[in-house]
This record gives sequence, C-alpha cells and structure tokens, in this order.
Amino acid sequence: MAQKPRRTSAVEKKLVGVADVVITAAQRRKDPTLAIPVRSLSNVTFNQRNGLIEMGKRKQARSFFNVGMAKKFMQTVLVADALCELQRANLTTSLREIYYRTKHTIKNSHENTLDTQDESDPLIEDLEVTLAALREELHVRAENAGSVVGPLVLVDDGDRVDCAKLGKGGYSVPSIVEPEYLQITRCTADFVLLVEKGTQWNRLSEDKFWRTYNCILLTGNGQPPRGVRRLARRLHEEKRLPVYVLVDNDPWGYYIYSVIKQGSINLAFESQRMAIPKAKFIGLSSGDPESYGLPRNVGIKLNDKDIARARELLAYTWFQKKSWQEEIKRMLSSGLKYELDALANKDFQYLTKQYLPRKLKEKDWLD
Amino acid sequence: MGLCLYGDMRKLNPSKTSPPATPPKPAVSAVEMGARQRDISVSEFFTKNRHLLGFDNPRKALLTCVKEAVDNALDACEEAGILPDVVVKVEAVANGEPPLPPSQASRFRITVTDNGPGIIRQQIPPIFAKLLYGSKFHRLRMSRGQQGMGISAAGMYGQLTTGKPVQIISRTSARAPAHYFEVQIDTKKNEPLILEKKQIAWESQRGTQVTMEVEGRYQKGRASVDEYIEQTIIANPHARLTYLTPEGETKEHPRTYPQLPPSPREIKPHPYGIELGMLLKMLQDTKSHWLSGFLAGDFSRVSPRLAEDICKAAGLSPRARPRDVHGQAAETLYKAIQSTKIMAPPTNCLSPIGEKAILSGLYQQIKGDFYTAASRPPAVYRGNPFVIEAGLAYGRGPEQGQESQEKQAMPLAEGEQQQDDNELARVIRYANRVPLLYQQSACAIFKAVLDTGWRNYGVSQSRGALPSGPMVIFVHMASVWVPFTSESKEAIADYDEIRKEITLALRECGRRLGAFLSRRERADSEHRRRNIFELYIEEVVESCNRLKGGRLPTAKLKEQLQKMALARTGGEKTDELLGKNGGGPEGLPHSIIVTSEGVEGEVPALIGEAPEGAVSSNGAPEEEEKTAKPSRRTGKTRRRRGGKQRTAGKPTTRAVRRKA
Ligand SMILES: Nc1ncnc2c1ncn2[C@@H]1O[C@H](COP(=O)(O)OP(=O)(O)OP(=O)(O)O)[C@@H](O)[C@H]1O
Ligand SMILES: [Mg+2]
Repeated sequence: MAQKPRRTSAVEKKLVGVADVVITAAQRRKDPTLAIPVRSLSNVTFNQRNGLIEMGKRKQARSFFNVGMAKKFMQTVLVADALCELQRANLTTSLREIYYRTKHTIKNSHENTLDTQDESDPLIEDLEVTLAALREELHVRAENAGSVVGPLVLVDDGDRVDCAKLGKGGYSVPSIVEPEYLQITRCTADFVLLVEKGTQWNRLSEDKFWRTYNCILLTGNGQPPRGVRRLARRLHEEKRLPVYVLVDNDPWGYYIYSVIKQGSINLAFESQRMAIPKAKFIGLSSGDPESYGLPRNVGIKLNDKDIARARELLAYTWFQKKSWQEEIKRMLSSGLKYELDALANKDFQYLTKQYLPRKLKEKDWLD
Repeated sequence: MGLCLYGDMRKLNPSKTSPPATPPKPAVSAVEMGARQRDISVSEFFTKNRHLLGFDNPRKALLTCVKEAVDNALDACEEAGILPDVVVKVEAVANGEPPLPPSQASRFRITVTDNGPGIIRQQIPPIFAKLLYGSKFHRLRMSRGQQGMGISAAGMYGQLTTGKPVQIISRTSARAPAHYFEVQIDTKKNEPLILEKKQIAWESQRGTQVTMEVEGRYQKGRASVDEYIEQTIIANPHARLTYLTPEGETKEHPRTYPQLPPSPREIKPHPYGIELGMLLKMLQDTKSHWLSGFLAGDFSRVSPRLAEDICKAAGLSPRARPRDVHGQAAETLYKAIQSTKIMAPPTNCLSPIGEKAILSGLYQQIKGDFYTAASRPPAVYRGNPFVIEAGLAYGRGPEQGQESQEKQAMPLAEGEQQQDDNELARVIRYANRVPLLYQQSACAIFKAVLDTGWRNYGVSQSRGALPSGPMVIFVHMASVWVPFTSESKEAIADYDEIRKEITLALRECGRRLGAFLSRRERADSEHRRRNIFELYIEEVVESCNRLKGGRLPTAKLKEQLQKMALARTGGEKTDELLGKNGGGPEGLPHSIIVTSEGVEGEVPALIGEAPEGAVSSNGAPEEEEKTAKPSRRTGKTRRRRGGKQRTAGKPTTRAVRRKA
C-alpha cells in the first residue's frame, strides 16, 4: 500500500470538517453539534424505482455541551482525528486498530477515552454516514473473509492473480477492492454465483463447478463482507455478469440475499455502491424440498427467533413481491428450515451435479 | 444475665414428671426412684447448662465474661450518679506452657476496673460467688443487669474451666480501706467460699476491680470482645472506656458526651404487663390486707376508684383478703384487669440515650459522611413502657473517599470495572444500652430493618435483604423489661408494638438520609457535569488541532469552550448545591454531615481536653468559636478529620475544626 500515490482526498477534507464544526461553533459561542443521519429501520425507505434501500433525511444532533453526549462527541472527534491520520499516512487499518489508536487515559483523570471496541465501531459508522464516505474510502478494512475462484484475472498491488489457477482454495478477497487497489484485467465468466456458506463453496470449487458452468464462485462465509459484496457488484456492473445468490433456506439466508440485492438498513447510504438490485435468489427455496424430494427429516424446526425474524422480513417493503411473500410464508407454514448441506443427504455431489444444473436450466430463481 | 429458671427447674424436677403410661414391668420401683430424688442447686444446674447463659463455646464465653463485668460496672456507676471510667484488660495466660500468641491461646485473664460506688465488704462474696444474688431483680427499673446471675456465672465458668478463683478489689470511698477477696462458689450449695480476704493498699480511691481467669478464645471480627467494646462506646458516649487488648494495645475511648443519662425511676408493674402466675404470686406476697388496696398499691396507674371498679367487674369484694383470692377467682380477676381501661404506665422509668448522645457515639466510632439519630416517644407493649431510638451512619468519610479515588488512578484495562462494592449495611442492636451480638436474624430490630423500604431513601436493597451500601444502622430499645426471645438475651422478641416503633424510627432516619443523599447526588451530578466538560475539552481541542495539521490556536479554542462550559453548569448554583456556601444540614434535625470541606451539624465536642489551636487558619476572631470546641487528640487518635472551619450558619449548628 505504501507505493500508492498520495492524494489530498476529498475524504481528508471531510474529516477536517469535523474540527471546523467545533472551531466555528466555539467562535460563535454555540454548542458544537454534529448532525448524524439516523441509522435505523425508521429512517430508511425502499426505492421501488431503483430497487435500493435508501437512507432517509432524519438526523440526530450530537452536541458537546450535553452531559449525555459529551463523551460521545469527544470520542467522535477523536476517531475523526485517527481516520485523518490514516488518510495522511495513506495506510489502511482495521476497526480494532482504530480502537487501540484512540484509547488513552484522559489527562488529569483516570477515565479512558474509550473502554471497549463496541464504543468506537459505531462512531466509525456514524462518520461514514455523516461525511458520506465509504468505509473503504476511510481506509478502514475488515478481515479478509471471502474467497473467489473462476475465470478471472486480477491485479492486486501490482501482482497478477489468475483466479483459475489458484487450486481449490482460490483467492482471498481483500476487504478493499476499489479500482485503485484491485484491477479486473480479464473476465470470461458468464455469471457470478455467490454462496453463503464456505462449506458449499468448497464443494463447488472442488468439483470445479465454475469450469463446467463457466462462472465465478464467490463466498463471504455467512453475511458477505463489504469486499465480497463490492467485488460482486463490480463484476456485475463492469463485466455485466448476472449474480445468483445461494443461501440456506432460513430467514437469515433471505436477509443475506436482500442485503446483497437492496443493501442493509444500517448502512443504507452505501446501497448506491454495494447493492446489486438485479441479483437473483437461486436457492435454497422453501419450495425446493418438495421439488427436489428432500426428506422432511433433514429439515430443522424453526425456533422462536427464526419465526420472529421471518415475520419481520414479511413486513419489509422490499419483500412485498407476491413471490417473496409466498416464499416466506411457505417456510413458516412448513415450520422447517433447511441448510444447503442437507442436499448431501441425497448424494455428496448433489449440489454440483443435480441441484444447480437443474436450477440454471429451469431458470428457477426468485427476483 | 437472664434465665427462666423457674420453668427450667420445673422441667428438671423428676417428681413432677408423670410416670410412663403402662409400663409392662417397671425396671425401677417407685421406692427406688424416690430414693434418688434430690435437690438440684442452681449452680449444679448451670454447670450442665452453661450454654443457656452464653458460655456455649470458648470464644463466646470470653465475650460473655467481659460483658458481664462491664455491664455491671456501667450499671453501678450510673446508679451511683458517677460518670463511668472503666478499664478492661484481657490477657492471654500461658498456664505453664511457653506463651502463645493471643489468637492461639486458650486461657485468658480478664480484669475490669471501674470508678463506681464500690461494694461493701460483706456483699462481695455473695455477689461474686452466689448465683441469683443481686440488687436489680426485685424491681422494675431500666438497667443492664436484671437477674443477679451475671458476674457470679462468669466467675463460676472460670472456676469450672481453669480452677482459679475470682479476685475482687473494692473500695467505697477514699476514707475506707480497699478490700481484697478471692472467692469461689460451692456449686453444691450455691454458696460463696472465701479463699482469701485482706485489706490492701489500692491506688484507686473508689471503685471495684474484678479479675477472672477463664478458658476462652480470642478472635477479632463479628461478635468479638473488640466489637462489643466498640459498640458499647457508641451507645454509652458518657463513659470513658480503656481497653487493653490481648495483643498489648491500649485503646482509649474518651468520653464524648458530658452527661450521665437521667437516672431512671423505679416503677411498679403495670397491670397489663403481668401474667396470671405473677398475679398469683403477688397476691400471696402483698402486704395489703384488702384486694382493692393491693390493686391500687402494688400496681402503677391503678387508682383506688379503679381498683374498686376492677373488683366489681370481677365480682369480688374489694375487702377480700388478697391471699384468699386464688383458683377461679384469681383467673376472673386477671381477666377483669385485662378488660379494664388503664392508663399507660409512666415513662420516667426509662432512660433513653438521646439523639445527641447517639450522634456523638456514632460520629466518634464510625467513619462516615452523614449521621443522624431519631428517638421515638415512649410506647407500651404488654404494660411495659419502652422507647425506641435509631441512628444511621452513612458513607466512608471524606478521607476514605479520596483514598479510593487515588486507588483508581491506574488506567483501567478492557473488561475491568471500577469496583463497586456491594457491601451490606451493618445493623447494631442494643437493649438497655447493651450491644446484642448474637442471633441477629431472630431479632425484631433486624426484621424491621429488612422491612423498611430503603429504596425510598435512595439506598439500594434487594428483596428480603439488608440495604446495601456503606451504612451502619443503630437501633436501641430501652425498657424496664426487654422481651428477649431466649434466656441468653440475644434477640428482641417480635411484638407488633415494638416492631412498629422501630420501623417508625428507622423511617425517620431513612428520610433524612434520603434528603442528604439526593442533595449530594444533585451536587455531584452538577460537579460531574462541570468536570466532564472540563476533561473532554482538552481532548477535543487536541484532536481538532491535529486535524487542522497542528496549526490551531489551541489556547483560544480551549478558552472559548471553557467559558461555555462554566455558563452551562450554572457556576454559583452548583456551589450552593455542593454546600460551599454554608447550607448546613438544614431541615435535617439531629444530623451531622461530613465533607472534605468540614463538618456541619451537631458535632460533639470532646470533653476534658484543653482547647488547643483556638486560632483558625482563616483568622476568624476567637468569639466565633465559642460554640465550637476545637479539639485535638493526641496519641491514640482514632479518627481524624481535616478541613476548613465553617462559620456556623445557625445558632444550633456547631462546626468543629479538628486538626489532623
Ligand atoms: N462493679 C460493681 N460495682 C457495684 N456493684 C456491683 C458491681 N458488680 C455487681 N454489683 C452488684 O452485684 C449484683 C449482682 O451482679 P450480677 O451481675 O450477678 O447480677 P445483675 O447485674 O443484677 O443481673 P444480671 O444477671 O442480669 O447481670 C448487682 O445487682 C449489683 O448490685
Ligand atoms: Mg450483671
């Protein structure tokens, strides 16, 4: 990263703006206040036209001269300071390092600026939304928690990476995949298959499914991290590849799909850069057990949490399509959920040899 | 000492027990059995049942011996109108073996010396070596001792466990000689055996000294001798008590209250307070010739008219001979008495400690930030007048608070927390000024403390538990007859009337504590607000400066922000809340508030010490200090307080500057 050219980024200016808020307010004898967009369900709307979850206009004031907020305000300025330091040094860092960087004992006291990382993480999100800067732009990365294989050639820090020649382990997707860090030089695939679970991605990778069906296999090991979502989005946008999402058949699987497709509630402002409104839900559908003859005994009884979550999903505006209401209600009425792994009940290679081929052939997916 | 001897003896007497219903073949004939019957002396009885008198185990026995001697010393002094000056000495005795540290020793010598009236020569042997011999049993008057059993039982315990006699020195005046006695008890006969008696030279002009050697165990902590002494001081601030510990320390507890409690009057029993058996006994013992005369003469609050009314209600002649009233007639009389409306007994037989003295005792003995005391007016249970007094000491004291703040100076690591201790309040219980150290949970006082809703007063409390926090709860019951749950005088029985009075007294203290806590809370939160802004301004300014590439005029920004902070935390108002302008414990009667700035309220002045350092540091003229008695304790200072002299805001408010 060291050889990246140093640019006085817009982000840096935005961060310095936090200091200006304080300075200007002090000059005018006003209480320094940051207006932070509210990050909750009540402040997002689903834009039917572009299919994205968008953040509303509601903001909350964070003022310094308010006993309840003073500390948070101070911490926010502290985090802005640390983020600005990253910009100037052109380094990237993790959430945890930000926490350590900003933690110290306040002068003349025995109080820490921060006590746990739980305090600094939301502040970074606050700054992202307030400054309208992506986490990548703030140079904060997550762990590399995703993998990719397939007919794809990338350049990472000047190194050429051919994702067709990395064995079954594939390439570990970095958390920042913006063009200045990662270039896509060649891509001959027909589509992207984003798999929720690492185990099933392994299965497909081992079976060289990507070669047979000429696709890119991506996984995020659960809720896909930003790097994986961003890479899928870039492949979709730059290489015009359709994206299919393969998740467990449970409310969490549905939600993972929806985050990929429409964006998340918490970071709705990023939908613009992350979401893939045309992504398709290929499975596991609540109709599949019947269509594919999965025995009832490989299902798992929905627990109270699952049921509550499913009901929440039913209420989200972006799940109002008739097909989706049917899909979720079918799961609820069956009272069962199914893991992708359950397909192994029929055959170890059932996913590779039967399930996906048939799904693709029948174009059996949900939008 | 208390022992329901009558009942126990009856149980013991085999002649009263009925024979087994239908013995197939009696193993022992009635004649044989008859031959085995014989008298049991009190002392023999006690030898087998020492637990009834508080000698269950060596540790408790040591405490009981000290307690009996000290209680007697205080009783004697008070009755004689002398301010008590008592010295308690407890030493480990080697007993031939190499000396052991006190915590491992099993034998102790206890010496208690008082400056009381002394005991005349002839009385010394029976007082110390005859059970059930005393001056307090046959009267209804508030005192610590009742039964005439205490000191002789302690002596006998010593005799049983070490074989050593009790040694007594007593002198009744400077002109009289001092008598030295060594006595033992003849347990068969319950009579004193005099091993040695002589006149000796004694440095004291008047008083009594008793020395006993007993088997015991010395261990500090709960229900220890040390705790007994400490708690005795709290309830008896008019006494000077010197405690020479087994470890060789000398703990001086100066007198902190200058007056003897008013001497309680002796009263006759109130008719509501006696049981049928007692009535029968009184009917037999009375000197009156007529029933009406007996009723009017032997009871309190029964006028001749009322006596006639009672007789009429019972269908008995007022002229009946009391001795002839028994059986059914006595029972009818008893019922008639109970259903007649009789005025409550007089209360001048009681001598409560008083709010001022309780405050004084708590303040001297317990570190805290807040003290209060409340006495209830006299009340009556079963014909016995009683008074409940409660007190509270709350907090750790300003020095402690500072110390713990210093301890926190180390930055906390993740997961570490500022330790908030969940210590529970300590309840200290008293009956007629004697601390009750055992059987807490059986006691009406303890139950009343649990039942009080402490949360209403800003103190946390889990269900069915003591309130938590640095708090000592003091409750005293003064009565001519304290109803104990058992012979060993350890817990007060749970009468509704008593419980109610305790609860009312506790609530009053609780309310004052609540007022204090909320006032402090408000002040603290203002203070915290101000602190918060001041602390964070520094951080914010530094961060802004770094964001601005180090080119920020930081001093200016800081100043601007600080000005705003001050304006927002209401400068003077906060000072007021913080008590910096001399608010005093207004609205909180009989209370003391201690802050690092000083002490406010009814602060007791130490007695018998020359006022030193009368010039205060702020140059206040001498006159201003006339109500305050600057004092300085030298040497064995138990507690120190620092702080500035605060000028008294009200005439009743005294402020004391103590030099640390
Ligand atoms: N230090 C003393 N100075 C003067 N008189 C004393 C002293 N100690 C005891 N007495 C007298 O001896 C009597 C007997 O004392 P003892 O402790 O045996 O019984 P008590 O105090 O009357 O009752 P209790 O058994 O409840 O203690 C007392 O009533 C008191 O008159
Ligand atoms: Mg006694």
